[in-house]
Amino acid sequence: MFDRLSDRFDGILKRLRGKGRLTEADVDEMLAEIRTALLEADVNVRVVRSVVSRIREQAIGIELSKALDPGQQVIKIVNQELTAMLGGEVLKLTYASRPPTVILMAGLQGSGKTTASGKLARWFKSQGRNPLLVGADLQRPAAVEQLRTLGRQIDVPVFSEADDIVRSGKGDPVSVAQRGLQEARRLGKDVLIIDTAGRLAIDEELMEEVRRISATTEPHYTFLVIDAMTGQDAVDTAERFHQALAIDGVILSKLDGDARGGAALSVKEVIGRPIAFASTGEKLDAFEQFHPDRMASRILGMGDMLSLIEKAEQALDQEQAEAAATRLMEGEFTLDDFLEQMQAVKKMGPINNLLGMMPGMPKELKGAKIEDDQLSRVEAIIRSMTPVERRKPEIINGSRRLRIANGSGTSTGEVNRLVKQFSEMQKMMKRFGGMAGGKKGKRRMPMMPPGFPGMN
Amino acid sequence: MPVVLLILIAVVLVFGIGVLVLNRRRAGTAQPAVTAERREVPAPPPKPSLGKPSTTVPAPSTDEPVAPIEADEEISAEELDAAFEESLADFEAEAALAEIEEFEAETATEPEVLERPRFRDRVAKARATFSGAFGGVRGRAGITAESWDELEEALLRADVGLRVTNGLLEPLRARVKSKEITDPDALLTALQGEMKARLADSDRSLRLEDRAGAGPNVWLFVGVNGVGKTTTIGKVAAQQRAEGRRVLLAAGDTFRAAAAEQLQTWAERSGAEFVRGSEGGDPSSVIFDGVQAAAARHCDLVLGDTAGRLQNKSNLMEELRKVRRVADREPGRVTEVLLVIDATTGQNGLVQAKEFGEVTEVTGVVLTKLDGSAKGGIVFAIETELGIPVKLVGLGETIGDLVAFDPDEFVDALFGE
Repeated sequence: MFDRLSDRFDGILKRLRGKGRLTEADVDEMLAEIRTALLEADVNVRVVRSVVSRIREQAIGIELSKALDPGQQVIKIVNQELTAMLGGEVLKLTYASRPPTVILMAGLQGSGKTTASGKLARWFKSQGRNPLLVGADLQRPAAVEQLRTLGRQIDVPVFSEADDIVRSGKGDPVSVAQRGLQEARRLGKDVLIIDTAGRLAIDEELMEEVRRISATTEPHYTFLVIDAMTGQDAVDTAERFHQALAIDGVILSKLDGDARGGAALSVKEVIGRPIAFASTGEKLDAFEQFHPDRMASRILGMGDMLSLIEKAEQALDQEQAEAAATRLMEGEFTLDDFLEQMQAVKKMGPINNLLGMMPGMPKELKGAKIEDDQLSRVEAIIRSMTPVERRKPEIINGSRRLRIANGSGTSTGEVNRLVKQFSEMQKMMKRFGGMAGGKKGKRRMPMMPPGFPGMN
Repeated sequence: MPVVLLILIAVVLVFGIGVLVLNRRRAGTAQPAVTAERREVPAPPPKPSLGKPSTTVPAPSTDEPVAPIEADEEISAEELDAAFEESLADFEAEAALAEIEEFEAETATEPEVLERPRFRDRVAKARATFSGAFGGVRGRAGITAESWDELEEALLRADVGLRVTNGLLEPLRARVKSKEITDPDALLTALQGEMKARLADSDRSLRLEDRAGAGPNVWLFVGVNGVGKTTTIGKVAAQQRAEGRRVLLAAGDTFRAAAAEQLQTWAERSGAEFVRGSEGGDPSSVIFDGVQAAAARHCDLVLGDTAGRLQNKSNLMEELRKVRRVADREPGRVTEVLLVIDATTGQNGLVQAKEFGEVTEVTGVVLTKLDGSAKGGIVFAIETELGIPVKLVGLGETIGDLVAFDPDEFVDALFGE
């Protein structure tokens, strides 16, 4: 649905070709596209305005270097600017000299506080700490039960009211938090994480309640949990919570969705507090410290290379993949290798998502809407070949072709095209492998355009 | 050597998909029939319901094999009681209603179930702080460039989206240019009128077929995590119970810890029947059990909860596709699939509606948490761009706070009027 910013620039750049300097009008045209990209990513309107004016200052009159085309240069500026805005001051957690270090979790309903509390507890555990969770969300039915289940999964104790009091709705969150603090001291826990009820920022009564929890427990850190899918309202919400509680950092939840997460930028800009953690999946270990550079390219809708690399490292067998890559460069890549790698790549998630993350993919491939099932057709053809045919597809003649087509339920034309394309790819890779070997990989892959992080 | 890995992936993708694209180009856009067929998960053979009296579990009326009922103590115990319960049906319905009243009495501050709050009352709190989005426009002597900027900003800030905003403002610019509209008030009126007109023709009724003897209606609730699906079901259950219908809640969210407990609490409050499965179990079989139990107990309506899922998780979306298919098997019939969307949702809401719509044939949108400062403008985009009507709106935490969507009030609230 969303195009990458560089795709948007295509039309503008065609007219700029050969120009040595960007004029104000050129820049304005690009800025309009940048504005659109940011707004579609849910960056707050007012934040967009200030970002765009800052980028404008830097972009006008830049000398065009030979290495980068003007579009790439502007993208680089945008990327740098966003990364700087998202990063800057990093939250360095220090632990209280008199434990426990108290952490208060706040946010709207459904932002993912309870899950984030559990994940944070697990994170502290992995840092060698000994956390206690406090269930002070007595509003939502079964919130305490959810926290208890999470606690069991990560082997962290949970303190709250007894179940019958929770169910009766008569529990007092302030008192639970206070007793939780005492309990943590008694048990010698060094980190205390207090999960609170979700509340609307405009609900004065509930905001007063969380203020009282804060006043009673004097948290060392107060985290605001923000859903990555949040739209323009993120700014108002963050401002109000910040006024009431003095937020120390933000936890961005549900970042494993396909929302571009402009809310992160808005919140950072408005309350000036760092984004400390990002929640990147349903599993309890899918929780990491925040990477501003990745978020910048994500907001711009550029393929998120780093996430892709991470996914690849998880899904692919490193040795096997590298061996295959070497064979690929040397032109010895067989259809067997292809089949093997195809299986591995499929494990990385739906093909359409991968295509979206892959920078520089040809447009017609991106728009192709490939179902994973359809790749099975390609697989079926290869599987219907004999081992010798897979190593040397050039021996496939008319009768072999017919056999393969029949065996895989496809047509001889499809078999033919697969074989032909495979041999073309081999030729291309051989050439590329030679170049990469000769010039120490300085040259880029023909299918990869310049200007992507980590590629040059 | 991450870059080498990337190149490898790129080659595999480019090659594998390149072949497909080539083939497709050759064959026109015709999809291979194989894909459609493969979707059909082979139904397992019917399983004798061991230890359950066969009279209480109605045999499926078609000879289509059905999914095995997950052995679940709670459910089988409930089914043992089913025959007995049937004879007590009427009594129970009354008792349940009494329970609602009791619950109401307990929480004296709550509004009555049937007294529906209006947008205006609820949004008032938010309005006080964010009013005057158009004050600037109105205050000016004429229509200036700033007026347009302010209009655009107000729409964008309500999450209506850039494309829809442009689509709304462009025709107005033309009308101003041709002097058809000259003063700010007329401009605002025209904009509101246009927005209301675009929402005017949708059918927002909830479909409930009278299926006497033919089995229950099934309403499924789908959406991403944390939008308020379970709470919405609780409210719908209470309202349908208050209208005298027999309702069963099926806890199809087997993923989130304690989701079933949350739904059970709602079932108890509203006097609805309740069916759950084991945590981490197959949601389709919970929904299936729910439909079976509802048929046995002559319920009119099954409200099926599902686990929140992000729409880009294809395996979870396939799971949801199956849930919908299983829910639609005789004796059940899916008459509503409601996509629950949180009012704070930004532009991703459109993607949600598109993806969930494709997988489950969404029939309507429930917009929740509109009592906050967020305006929920994304549903305007969803309804006008994708044609999925907004049916219900959540304006608070109590049972009566779920109301029918009123486009006029919604548009007025967007403008903070």
